[in-house]
Amino acid sequence: MNEFLIALRSLIALTLLTGVAYPLLVTGLGQLANAEAVQGSLIKRGEQVVGSRWLAQPFQQAGYFWPRPSAGDYATVASGASNKGPTSKDLLDKIKARKADLLKAHLLPADAFVPPELLMASGSGLDPELSPAAVQFQVPRVAHARGLQPQELAALIQSATKGPQLGLLGAPRVNVLELNMALLQLEQRKFSLKQGHQHESQQ
Amino acid sequence: MAFSDWLQVALFILLLLAAVPILGEYMAQVYQGQKTFLSPVLGPLEMGVYAVAGVNPSDSGDWKKYTQGLLWFNALGFLFLLGLLLLQAFLPLNPQKLVPMELGVAVNTAMSFMTNTNWQAYSGESTLSYLSQMLGLGVQNFVSAATGMAVMVVLARGLAGKQIKTLGNFWVDLTRSVVYILLPLSLLLALALVSQGVVQSFSAYPSATTLEGAQQVVPLGPAASQIAIKQLGTNGGGFFGINSAHPFENPTPLSNFLQMLAILLIPAALTWTYGRLVGSLRQGIVLLAAMGVLAGSSLGLSLWAEFGSNPALGNLPFLEGKETRFGIVNSVIWSVSTTLASNGSVNAMHDSFSPLAGGLALFNMMLGEVVFGGVGAGLYGILMFVILTVFIAGLMVGRSPEYLGKKIEGAQIRMAALAVILPSAVVLLFTAMAVLLPVGLKGLNNAGPHGLSEILYAFTSMANNNGSAFGGLTVNTPFYTWLGALAMLIGRFGVILPVMVIAGQMAQKQAVPASGGTFPTDGGLFVILLVSVILIIGGLTFFPVLALGPLVEHGLMLQGKVF
Repeated sequence: MNEFLIALRSLIALTLLTGVAYPLLVTGLGQLANAEAVQGSLIKRGEQVVGSRWLAQPFQQAGYFWPRPSAGDYATVASGASNKGPTSKDLLDKIKARKADLLKAHLLPADAFVPPELLMASGSGLDPELSPAAVQFQVPRVAHARGLQPQELAALIQSATKGPQLGLLGAPRVNVLELNMALLQLEQRKFSLKQGHQHESQQ
Repeated sequence: MAFSDWLQVALFILLLLAAVPILGEYMAQVYQGQKTFLSPVLGPLEMGVYAVAGVNPSDSGDWKKYTQGLLWFNALGFLFLLGLLLLQAFLPLNPQKLVPMELGVAVNTAMSFMTNTNWQAYSGESTLSYLSQMLGLGVQNFVSAATGMAVMVVLARGLAGKQIKTLGNFWVDLTRSVVYILLPLSLLLALALVSQGVVQSFSAYPSATTLEGAQQVVPLGPAASQIAIKQLGTNGGGFFGINSAHPFENPTPLSNFLQMLAILLIPAALTWTYGRLVGSLRQGIVLLAAMGVLAGSSLGLSLWAEFGSNPALGNLPFLEGKETRFGIVNSVIWSVSTTLASNGSVNAMHDSFSPLAGGLALFNMMLGEVVFGGVGAGLYGILMFVILTVFIAGLMVGRSPEYLGKKIEGAQIRMAALAVILPSAVVLLFTAMAVLLPVGLKGLNNAGPHGLSEILYAFTSMANNNGSAFGGLTVNTPFYTWLGALAMLIGRFGVILPVMVIAGQMAQKQAVPASGGTFPTDGGLFVILLVSVILIIGGLTFFPVLALGPLVEHGLMLQGKVF
């Protein structure tokens, strides 16, 4: 019985230490060190929260870059993967359908190359990033939809591309939401420039 | 594989090996009751725990008293966690107003976290309140890991001790594991993860309006603190359902690299600690070498398989279920690490891996979680194989087997065999049951041989206290939750109890002087023998079922067949 009581009291002591004090300490220090990130790295446009830097969102309009497919349709509570195996007919059908859709959206012939990551769903269903190749693939479509020259997008993509972390870890990648935000900014700049020109010519 | 991929593999292995002597030496000081460089800060914390718990740290008992304390502590931890999960709707820190967990899932979850398995039949963000996560799961993340470490320390004392009756004090080993090892490392890792963008918040889920005008809910929670101990304590239960693939759990390649290191850090360093505890560093290095040979082979084969292409899916690379920021190389290092150590967290979906890499993840667990394995659990597990190896070596040369200068006799060999056979029997029997019953087959997400692999993976993971999954299988049905809970219970205590018996028996034995007939257990030959015994036992037990699952699927994939 003595061991039972010690067990009970030990559980209380260790619960207070590891279940209360420790997470609160991390929360406090985290708030001090990286306040924006611990609250979900939210991205705002004006006052409006438009998403999180780390969570993919569904983009369907031709004028935006599209993220990787999501098996859970970009749901966040809870997100999900297909968990389809390497000999799954369902997965094969999905890949074929995605390929057909992408070829059509990009006005490409049936034998054109499509970056494989755009045909296969991510693990989290919320993969916020693409490889530079998968971004390049979409440039003609996005440029055409927005009435931009592909060259105008090149600088944008270049500055949005992150190399391997510490020069070594992971592969080069582009955050899709940040790229689309930059796209809107570019358009806004051009728009105000054009308005400025119009203003000048009217004078 | 590109040069940069090789470089990442090499850096991972080098950093892991560099940490072994440093952390191993430190943990030896902790378990020998010595002062460490952290004692001025942590000593008062340790004494505080003893004061609240009513523990006299200088008490020492026999193996029965030690086991009694351990069992009570685990039983109470299970009940407390179960209570939290069932009552969370009526408790604070539940901003999303989540309802109580269903009974079967709650029993399965409480058992899972108490046994250091961390199998999950739920998704955290849609099921668990912040209080359930931190006060329930978070605490068991710490103490289940510390329980494993305590058992390993007792076994080391029993093997090294000469005619002693007492083996130490469970409460001291438990508390020192938490206070001196798990807590400071977790704090460091949690802060590193926060710097990379892992969330740590008690706010309700904010809502966003996406650029195209849709609504997106952003799940939050005190995640960083829990993820740190989840990796360091070989727990593996994700704060979010999709585990370490979720960008909020693992946002960058650096957060990923640190977590991969954390998975293997303590299990690897404990080999060094063990060497110190039994008074011969070589005895620990030999175990590390055997683990290294098996881990290296598994990693090499998995990389080779996963960097191939899939003829059944139009010769595409294996990218389904993988994240862009990790790529194939970091997904494979993770899958091998997490299944060798009984961690079970995933940063890519094992269900969608190539048949061979997925099959190797399965086989890693089938080896009994002794190659690194769970913190403490892996080491006491491989020591069961050591006992079987000296027995077999003894049979070959016709001498009575000895280990660390003491005779190994029938009673110990029976216990070691029991510890090896029990989890394996559970895997095969429960898998057979699931395959034969409609309720077992109902949850399948894949057809053909891959379906068998899904069920086999589930029971292999649970019975070996790993916790990873071929996640397609629907496991929140009563059949899988209740049977799974039983598998995890047997897998944990079906090993711990024989280990404690062996520790008690060995402690009382006299030392026998080494003679010409003594088989040395601290050299290269012993490494080869130990590796062979582990592979032969694992292979003979599971080869038939592996042939029906991943191996036949590999052949069919090469022929371009889909199901």
